[in-house]
Amino acid sequence: MNNDEVLHEKPLVVHETEHGTHEHHKQSFITKYIFSQDHKMISRQFLVTGIIWAIVGGLFSVIFRLQLGFPDQTFPILEDIFGHWAKGGRLDPEFYYALVTMHGTILVFFVLTAGLSGTFSNYLIPLQIGARDMASPFLNMLSYWFFFAASVVMFSSLFLTTGPASGGWTIYPPLSALGDAMEGSKAGMDYWLTSIALFIISTLLGGLNYITTILNMRTKGMFMTRMPLTVWSFLFTAILGVLTFPVLLSAVVLLLFDRHLGTSFYLSDIFINGKILPNQGGSPILFQHLFWFLGHPEVYIIALPAMGITSEVISTNARKPIFGYMAMVASFFAIASLSFLVWAHHMFVSGMNPFLGSFFVLFTLLIAVPSAIKVFNWLTTLWRGNIHFTPGMLFAIGFVSLFISGGLTGIWLGNSTLDLHLHDTYFVIAHFHLVMGVASMFGMFAGIYHWYPKMFGRFMNNTLAYIHFWITFVGAYLIFWPMHYEGLAGMPRRYYDFSNWESFKMFGGLNAFISVVAIIVFATQFLFIFNFFYSIYKGRKLTERNKNPWHSNTMEWTTPIHPPHGNWIGEVPEVYRWAYDYGKDGRDFIPQTEPIGSSETQH
Amino acid sequence: MNTFFLIAIILLVFIVIFQISKASEYVSVLKGEEISRKQNNKINGFLMILFLVLGLIGVWWCNDLFYHKTLLSVGSSSLQGKKIDEMMWITLIITGVVFFITQILLFWFSFKYQESDKRKSLYFTHSNKLELIWTGIPAITMTILVVFGLKYWFKFTADAPKNAQVIEVTGHQFGWEFRYPGRDGVLGRKNYKLIDPAKGNPLGVDWSDAASHDDIHVAATVHVVVNRPVKFVINSQDVVHDVGLPQFRLKMDAVPGIPTTEWFTPIYTTEQMKKRTGNPDFQYEISCDQMCGKGHFGMRGVIVVETQKEFNAWMIKQRPEYLRAQKLMAQASTDSTNTVAMGQQPNKK
Repeated sequence: MNNDEVLHEKPLVVHETEHGTHEHHKQSFITKYIFSQDHKMISRQFLVTGIIWAIVGGLFSVIFRLQLGFPDQTFPILEDIFGHWAKGGRLDPEFYYALVTMHGTILVFFVLTAGLSGTFSNYLIPLQIGARDMASPFLNMLSYWFFFAASVVMFSSLFLTTGPASGGWTIYPPLSALGDAMEGSKAGMDYWLTSIALFIISTLLGGLNYITTILNMRTKGMFMTRMPLTVWSFLFTAILGVLTFPVLLSAVVLLLFDRHLGTSFYLSDIFINGKILPNQGGSPILFQHLFWFLGHPEVYIIALPAMGITSEVISTNARKPIFGYMAMVASFFAIASLSFLVWAHHMFVSGMNPFLGSFFVLFTLLIAVPSAIKVFNWLTTLWRGNIHFTPGMLFAIGFVSLFISGGLTGIWLGNSTLDLHLHDTYFVIAHFHLVMGVASMFGMFAGIYHWYPKMFGRFMNNTLAYIHFWITFVGAYLIFWPMHYEGLAGMPRRYYDFSNWESFKMFGGLNAFISVVAIIVFATQFLFIFNFFYSIYKGRKLTERNKNPWHSNTMEWTTPIHPPHGNWIGEVPEVYRWAYDYGKDGRDFIPQTEPIGSSETQH
Repeated sequence: MNTFFLIAIILLVFIVIFQISKASEYVSVLKGEEISRKQNNKINGFLMILFLVLGLIGVWWCNDLFYHKTLLSVGSSSLQGKKIDEMMWITLIITGVVFFITQILLFWFSFKYQESDKRKSLYFTHSNKLELIWTGIPAITMTILVVFGLKYWFKFTADAPKNAQVIEVTGHQFGWEFRYPGRDGVLGRKNYKLIDPAKGNPLGVDWSDAASHDDIHVAATVHVVVNRPVKFVINSQDVVHDVGLPQFRLKMDAVPGIPTTEWFTPIYTTEQMKKRTGNPDFQYEISCDQMCGKGHFGMRGVIVVETQKEFNAWMIKQRPEYLRAQKLMAQASTDSTNTVAMGQQPNKK
């Protein structure tokens, strides 16, 4: 069934009033803003929830950076806030690890998965392929509310007496399986596992919807090969999520069994707290395999949408077609496929068979090839363009720079021989923060700044956006670049204090510097947050004449300034060309909905 | 009080930034949005090239500040580590070249091709030749890195040489234990169910295996001989730990229930390293590199690398654990009869 049939079977009646456009049927506050089935509202819900989580997760990193930067100082204010977790103004090690764990969990799952792909897949897929909504708006609504439930459970775990989960975001058993091993492995871990189980359901509901919508609901003329790269990236992201998150669910369920039902999937030969445990025959390495089978594709679930957004924003603002569209799609495909075959590169020194490791070295380094194609294609897109530095464009360029810097160190870590030295050091921290942490945040910022006028019908303040970009960009390098040197000295991650280590204590000054920059960068994010919320109500309005402010080709800009539920008034426009006809035949841009002219050149 | 001042100042800065930003928006509307947009474009284009220049200076400066603090500057202390360092340099050169080329192009293009009324952007959609080049070159380079990497990987993870000194390493929250096989060169059997620190058997050694009777157990500090391969057989008693040896460029997890191994050949004694690093407090440290609980950051062990002569002098002073345990067990049995006797006393009263 194609879109038009749906439309003609049950025509959506909309009419214009002087206040703009409204749907004919009245919507209460609850159905419009809370239990909404409109993909645009659900997307905004994901975005706002994601922003709130980002503030929490970022704040946690600032707090543990205080400890890392100034291990011998006390901060009485911490005791005022956290009570016994920060007696005398110094973080308890147990709580330090809880903060580290929550920072990772929140940023990876709640911000960069739900906040990024949840927001933009929801918002852009129907609008860019010319669909009235998702294939199943109801499942889409459920997807948000499962995410919300996961958020509530995770947030409540912060208030437990024994604290939230604290065994690292990778929650390796036996540490995470035994309450005797750590305070955070008591009730906190059960909350963590429950929350992630809910989160996985949310991702699956969302992902299935995205895939179905993209495959079945494209408007007339929107062939797969005419889809914007954003939609391609969301498609591969959704496929990765649907195929890998269930594996994490199985790992989570088995861990719950080990914790509460006395099974021994992950436990064997353990003597802890003066007790000899009866469990025998289990393997902690099994958990690592299950975890990383999701864990590695997960980083592409985070990175692919950012790459898609970057491609779109760079092409639009360079006023030039994306270079090598088919190569970009092919490299998405290559990255997505290879990402299933590289998980054990996180486990080179786990005791896994070294022969097995060699395959993972091969496939891991192979991923450098499609990644390189992407980078060179972005560079060529900029070459001989006519670049408009909108805030979105700045963040997209920032993404490319960070992706290069962080991606190249992946070639170090993916090589098992070098991983023998660099595994679990600050080199790894620098690597993944640059390539998937900060870079994907930049992709997210690029997306927000670029599509904000569409989302809210108003502009954000440019000056604030420029300040936000430059401080964040410079700050990201100041924080993570020097960490490579700490890693080359073998400095291990997840340490609370280095002052007793002859091998690592010489970096005290650097750690303090990094902490100061981290605080400044965190504070700068409030410029963005303020700008975001203030502009919803007070930003400069889009006008009918200027409703496609970046002169973009894609379909979302052909909708009314405030698209109603159903997106287009009347027929969904037909598509005649790809999304990247910028600067063709002397014309600045040619929207996808414009028929091919008789005198137009072929490309 | 200070905190309040700080918060007040931060708020003030925010308000000032916000007011300026609002004002600039009004100005741009007054001036004509197109003009102010183009001005902003020029500023950001300039900042792009400025970022490139300052960034490159920063990279050099950062290296100047920190390179001598990394382990690369002294070189590795094991034969295997030397190879890993070599590999690291090759990788650094390859990725370094790519890094500089791509970053310079990125910011140079951004600056050079910033919006100008004189230029029309080029309609350039694809070029098979270019795309083949940048698929082919990375593919070939990666193959070279994989081949070299795996060659060393298989070498280092293969069995240790026959003459290697075998030492058993056991990790627990939060410390390291070491066991030498003693004169017979064989480590006695272990069973975690026999662990009983009160009976002098913290490792769970099975005393019924005669090979265990000459095993020597030391905590926290392990002694090894320079230029002789050492093989660690690694265990954990509770959660996953990791034997991290930064100076020897090695790591291996300690997994409960699954013994792992790592081996290396130290080439400098601790004393030599004190001179080489210029640090009189230098020690070879074992860092736990796998998150293992709240004391993770303090899970430290020490390796003393010394000459055969020094090692022998140290070893001769060590007593087998079995003797210690026997004494304790004998003591415990007399103790327990005493307590029973004492426990009966009140009844008598």
